[in-house]
Amino acid sequence: MKTFAGFIVKEFYHILRDRRTLLILFGMPVAQLLLFGFAIRNEVNDARLVIVDPSNDVETREIAGKLLASPYFVGVEFATHAGGVEAAFKSGRAREALLFEPDFAGRLAREGVAHVQIITDATDPNTANTVLAYTTAILQDYQRELAAGATPAGARIVPEVHMRYNPTLESVFLFVPGLIAFILMLVCALMTSITITREKEMGTMEILTVSPLRPAQIIVGKVLPYLVIAQGIVGIVLALARFVFHVPMRGSLAFLIAECLLFTVCALSLGILISTRTNSQQTAMMISLGGLLLPTIILSGFIFPIASMPTPLQVVSHIVPAKWFLIIVRGIMVKGTGIADVWQETLVLVGMTALFLGISIRNLKGRLE
Amino acid sequence: MTPIIEVDRLTRTFGSFTAVDHVSFEVGRGEIFGFLGANGAGKTTCMKMLTGLLAPSSGRATVAGYDVATQTERVKREIGYMSQRFSLYEDLSVRENIRFYGGIYGLSMRAIREKTGALLERLDLAASADTLIKALPLGWRQKLAFSIAVLHDPKVVFLDEPTGGVDPITRRQFWDMIYEAASRGVTVFVTTHYMDEAEYCDRVSIMVDGRIEALDTPGGLKATYAAGSMNDVFVRLARGAA
Repeated sequence: MKTFAGFIVKEFYHILRDRRTLLILFGMPVAQLLLFGFAIRNEVNDARLVIVDPSNDVETREIAGKLLASPYFVGVEFATHAGGVEAAFKSGRAREALLFEPDFAGRLAREGVAHVQIITDATDPNTANTVLAYTTAILQDYQRELAAGATPAGARIVPEVHMRYNPTLESVFLFVPGLIAFILMLVCALMTSITITREKEMGTMEILTVSPLRPAQIIVGKVLPYLVIAQGIVGIVLALARFVFHVPMRGSLAFLIAECLLFTVCALSLGILISTRTNSQQTAMMISLGGLLLPTIILSGFIFPIASMPTPLQVVSHIVPAKWFLIIVRGIMVKGTGIADVWQETLVLVGMTALFLGISIRNLKGRLE
Repeated sequence: MTPIIEVDRLTRTFGSFTAVDHVSFEVGRGEIFGFLGANGAGKTTCMKMLTGLLAPSSGRATVAGYDVATQTERVKREIGYMSQRFSLYEDLSVRENIRFYGGIYGLSMRAIREKTGALLERLDLAASADTLIKALPLGWRQKLAFSIAVLHDPKVVFLDEPTGGVDPITRRQFWDMIYEAASRGVTVFVTTHYMDEAEYCDRVSIMVDGRIEALDTPGGLKATYAAGSMNDVFVRLARGAA
């Protein structure tokens, strides 16, 4: 046990001495989270708004005033007919257009229902979503004020939404789980495979195998520090997600951490698998980058929705561990799901991990026979 | 004198290729045993079997009384090992390398501290104790690597071309250290390509195509083959094979 502890101390020395890698390991997730976070969830300020108001009555002027008084919008055009809207979008002068129906206040007073059309430029779906959310919130706010006032009870303002240029919006506000998967793959699979192949390259692996250390001790001693570091980074990412970006955490945190551990072990076993098959750090890095990190980014649903991929790629995505992990983590964080809903995905991950570990152990034994 | 290494018809095949072919020899306690052979003659395979890294296909070998095929873990505790390729961690300091290797061989912290002090003094490295290995010259690294390989007082130390790429003066110092270890009763099993080093050994075996073609003292070998130097002996035997 003491010999094993000494082994782990040495591994930590390796990691801590390599300042540049350490900086990358901890700095990259933070930088990525901030970049992704602000790129995707960017608070849209001063969105250029076109208001088409053929009615031009008290109500419409009041709504327009509220929108423009908020920090989110700045008015660029006021018109009494919709003719110029298309041109405003095409030229990029407008992000959103608000079209009141004629006789807005009159209808609201007589029939209790008035319509307003909201058109957003959805070339950038995230901004479109954000802008739309601001608008509907302000409209609802106004509706509540109306209900408290003198207008007929149950007066409704019905927004009619048009997402221009990209009608099927996929939710992209789910990058945190993808980032966790990516980091775990990076630290556990890439770093582990590199650290083991480095010992092979340096010739120190030979010394270790001749020493009384058992193969299992060598492997566990190699991966344990990375496991600790990976969990630390996951903690940082989760904290940032929670407190900087207010990503919801609806499910059980303990369950989430348990699943993260499972995925960590899965990534570690992949790293060991790679290192048992390669003899140079460069090869290990190339395999990890091309075979693990790229699929984790592209085929897991992290950035590109799997549903919109061509069928062959969808099939390939099934063998990407991160895909299953993403389903689990998104479920836990956003929908608050428990084990009852994601046991199948969890089982897939357990199976994959067992498979990778089994093959690695076979490879290791083969070397010693 | 009871032999510390006993090898009896040790054989290793890889598919249809026989790398080590019914090799038998004995090495006595405290002996410096030179293990020579051209590249590909089977030296490394034989050494791997003796250190428990590779299972023999047939035959038997014991090191320090333990069977290398069945008592691998016991064998590993009794031996030290150093190879031509680096055996030290470049990003660890001299002291940390000593502590690490002492640790994996199960030395107590106190024993490690005492041995570290003595070792640093003997190698004149006390001032560089906290220097990272990568800042040390090659010769010093090799001397330190050897000292670490015998730190836990193994019964046998296996040296795989330990002086590759080292200058003649350092090689001479290195061999002084080998003699010193042997005088303390450590058996030294060494492979080398330098024929002048073969002259330093108590006995020398020469492997050709998986078999031991000659085994004697350097003097005996030179007499048998009517050669002026170990180099002539080696060339004659190795050429006979080709």
